[in-house]
Amino acid sequence: MIDAKRRILLKGSLAAGTVGVAVGAGLLSPSLVLASWNETAFNAKDVPAALSSLMGSDATETNDGITIKAPDIAENGAVVPVTVETNLSGVKSIAIVADKNATPLIASFDLGESAVPFVSTRIKMASTSNVVAVVQTADKLYSNAKEVKVTIGGCGG
Amino acid sequence: MSDIKIRAKLKDGETEVKCLMSHPMETGLRKDSKTNEIVPAHFIQQVVCKSKDQVVMTANWSGGVSRNPYLSFKFSGGEVGDPIEVSWTDNMGETQTGVDKIT
Repeated sequence: MIDAKRRILLKGSLAAGTVGVAVGAGLLSPSLVLASWNETAFNAKDVPAALSSLMGSDATETNDGITIKAPDIAENGAVVPVTVETNLSGVKSIAIVADKNATPLIASFDLGESAVPFVSTRIKMASTSNVVAVVQTADKLYSNAKEVKVTIGGCGG
Repeated sequence: MSDIKIRAKLKDGETEVKCLMSHPMETGLRKDSKTNEIVPAHFIQQVVCKSKDQVVMTANWSGGVSRNPYLSFKFSGGEVGDPIEVSWTDNMGETQTGVDKIT
């Protein structure tokens, strides 16, 4: 069993190596590979600018159908577990924002057709602030927020 | 060697995938406490998750995701034994892929 897994892992890393070579040889330029990585949005210093760039608008409607699971108090801002889930239908993407971070947009998840609107990850937070989840459906942006108190910030040295 | 740990479990028609990657996730804003120099940005920008060669989810990240990132997502329509592939690309062009099967 262990050996079988090792084979798979080796195969996986070989495949990754091939992509690396392709990038190195200029067959795939990095910007082409990451066509959907929105540099303007991720470098934006405030929430409206980030959302406008990422989703085309910063007009969001608060919706309680979006559930944000995060601790009320995070002892360590470097690792704050956040889970976003929603019962809204037709969800195209979900973004996670910490509004006091230097670059507030932390992550955006583009969901494929079979994906269930649920994502869970761990984020860094500079200080006590709202964790905002923005859900993009076909025609509208919805959001919800949860305050997380941070005792030790996770973005400084 | 791939460092992506993947667990994919089918439950009530939905597959929940949990993965753990190992990456420093430097924002480019942090100062080294000894040398007082800014540590250059080095973080995963994109994670592509596939099942049976179909993209289920694409995650775009900033350096605001914690180091050694954890990611979990769910999708419907998976079956036991279906392959799950997760691959990331960071801002330095490094890439890594992990593969597992739904259990």
